[in-house]
Amino acid sequence: MPKIFVNHKEVEVKADTTILEAAKSLGLHIPTLCYYEGKPPIGACRVCLVEVEGAKTLVAACSTPVVEGMKIHTNNKRVREARRTVVELLLSEHEGSCQYCARSHDCELKEIASHLGIEDIHYKGEKPEVKIDASTPALVRDSGKCIKCRRCVTVCREVQGVGSLFPQKRGYKTMIGPAFVLDLDQVACVQCGQCAAICPVGAIQEKNDIDKVWEALENKTKHVVVQTAPAIRAALGECFGYTPGTLVTGKMITALRRLGFHAVFDTNFAADLTIMEEGTELLMRLKKALVNKEPVALPMFTSCSPGWIKFAEYYYPDFLPNISTCKSPQQMFGAVAKTYYASKKGVNPADMVVVSIMPCTAKKFEAQRPEMNASGFQDVDYVLTTRELGFMIESAGIDFKTLEDGEMDSPLGFSTGAADIFANTGGVMEAALRTVYEIVTGKEFPASDLRLAPVEGLKGIKEASLVIKGTIPEWNFLENVEVRVAVAHGLENAAHLIDSIKAGKAHYHFIEIMTCPGGCIGGGGQPRYTDDAVRLARINAIYKEDAGKKLRKSHANPQVKTLYDEFLKKPLGEKSHHLLHTKYQERQKV
Amino acid sequence: MAVNTKTPEAQDPQPSSAKCGCQANEEEMLRSLDTVIDGFIDTDGALVPILQTAQNLFGYLPEKVLKHISLRLKIPYSEVTGVVSFYSFFSTVPRGKHVVRVCLGTACYVRGGKEVLEAFKKNLKINVGETTPDRMFSLEVGRCFGACGLAPVAMIDDDVHQRVKSAKIRDIISQYQHEGEDVKEAR
Repeated sequence: MPKIFVNHKEVEVKADTTILEAAKSLGLHIPTLCYYEGKPPIGACRVCLVEVEGAKTLVAACSTPVVEGMKIHTNNKRVREARRTVVELLLSEHEGSCQYCARSHDCELKEIASHLGIEDIHYKGEKPEVKIDASTPALVRDSGKCIKCRRCVTVCREVQGVGSLFPQKRGYKTMIGPAFVLDLDQVACVQCGQCAAICPVGAIQEKNDIDKVWEALENKTKHVVVQTAPAIRAALGECFGYTPGTLVTGKMITALRRLGFHAVFDTNFAADLTIMEEGTELLMRLKKALVNKEPVALPMFTSCSPGWIKFAEYYYPDFLPNISTCKSPQQMFGAVAKTYYASKKGVNPADMVVVSIMPCTAKKFEAQRPEMNASGFQDVDYVLTTRELGFMIESAGIDFKTLEDGEMDSPLGFSTGAADIFANTGGVMEAALRTVYEIVTGKEFPASDLRLAPVEGLKGIKEASLVIKGTIPEWNFLENVEVRVAVAHGLENAAHLIDSIKAGKAHYHFIEIMTCPGGCIGGGGQPRYTDDAVRLARINAIYKEDAGKKLRKSHANPQVKTLYDEFLKKPLGEKSHHLLHTKYQERQKV
Repeated sequence: MAVNTKTPEAQDPQPSSAKCGCQANEEEMLRSLDTVIDGFIDTDGALVPILQTAQNLFGYLPEKVLKHISLRLKIPYSEVTGVVSFYSFFSTVPRGKHVVRVCLGTACYVRGGKEVLEAFKKNLKINVGETTPDRMFSLEVGRCFGACGLAPVAMIDDDVHQRVKSAKIRDIISQYQHEGEDVKEAR
């Protein structure tokens, strides 16, 4: 453990850390715009400059390792002046429109400038060319606001394994964007929005659909229903100053009702429904493989995460038959709302508007996929991110913190604990096993507290196996079968996992993939800024929600049972096939 | 511009123009490129030499070739085009018989490189990155040819023109125009 001096104070820090990390461990904040937790530093923004005694120049704290005896000054005149110059230069090229930029309340550049006491920009000159790309359903990019920190480049390439963004051109003319500065819809972009989640300024944001939702709510002829994804309740509070990991389910419901939605439903309901369909699908595939000895695509992959679906369509088209044909819970909800619920309620589906609140930008893309119209109409009309909902509540003048708790409406509002954990990596796997194991053996899933520790947590690729014992007669072909499962989150991890399967190095029956690090709780539409500490806090909240439920297995959901009795009849039945299942298409990656 | 002359084209077992002296077709050129790529598989830093080879083969870097390189090297297309657009040496449009490169490195810039560039633009009636309609000249900007003592410098093909004056540019161009016509007539 090297001893160093930070601002004249002797401290011991972990070996092999950078000055930035060491400072953070001491509770000392050094500003930075390009640093991305867990990835090699690139030293692009130069905002984290510190003075090291004996060094010829100031050094970038993010990319300078600590060494024994180092004397570091993080806040003296020289450091402050240098940082001020760097930030003023960034501001001199920044077409920020700060008075009305949607990031003005949480813009990292603005915050750093204010902390540095910048009151005027001493550098005046040319402004770069402004190019606005609103070509995709999920994201809007504004090159005028871009400060070329390259965080989006890091996350797109190294975390998501996509690489649709890279600096194009050179020097002053540099633009961060797709090949040849094309629009995003011209290249392989999975729409995950991780770039929007980590952009320090307003250069990449979700496409704002708030006005369309207001318009629907104010249209007297429309019946507007809303569904909220499992991950929202563990993060929405952050928009109103709650610490990460505060559950705000009840307040969220009341806020949605106050906004004017006619019915407040739960995507969790559809998550339970997904488990019924997907679990049955997995068992059917296993039966075909083990009993009928038919060729069947195994391992089966989960299909809830639309970024992963688009990723597979680009990069792993030969694995498309392996992906569950189940629509995501969002789309299952839309299809059921505009058929079953519409007829129950006596509403013409043409007059129904389905709004989703999602932690995700890719869901905006998914809702617009042309095949997502099983009800005869676009099943989900508008998708808002957690951030957009937070904004909407605030702009409606609702004092979120003082709201009383509300309850979800019937018949699409009830959910079990299994649905809650759809929000985090490993959760869909646990939810599926809770149901599948019980179908096959008639007994409860044997893991402690219904949780499977090896598939939980933030490790990129996780695996587990269990031997099935005590099967009921219908499923006795699974007796003593060792079921092997794997879980990956972050598409780069997913790619590694699939590559090892392709190379014959790994064998599984069932695999859960979530696009974003940590799963949906770390989605591209969640409140900023999400790092691992925030991810873990949100995951803990989700498991708390699960633990607090009386019913924690999807097949125990009484409203899902009623849906099958009254309408769908049985999992994988004819109606299910039409409304709840879909197919995928290969896409050109370049 | 040492990089220009030292491309890995030498590794090419069957140079594209070897057979008949005429332009090899695209398929053949792609095959030649693939042979070079094969030698670089799993080598870090292979992108730039491969792009140089491709440009020497095709005369420029067509979109199709860049996509091919991206797929073969498993490097995102955005990164391939990012590198191409970073280096002034690479061109994504067909280039003329003669490539004019005006240096805008620091020394040339302060000694009038920008005026020289303007004069070339005016005389050739094209902008940087473009080719004249008769496919005789392309105009590009260079970033230091290592001849700062001779600033401002312009290169036409492999010839270095030193202490270029804007007024002389018409003469310089006409040298190459005539040379071009001579070659045409000889054919």
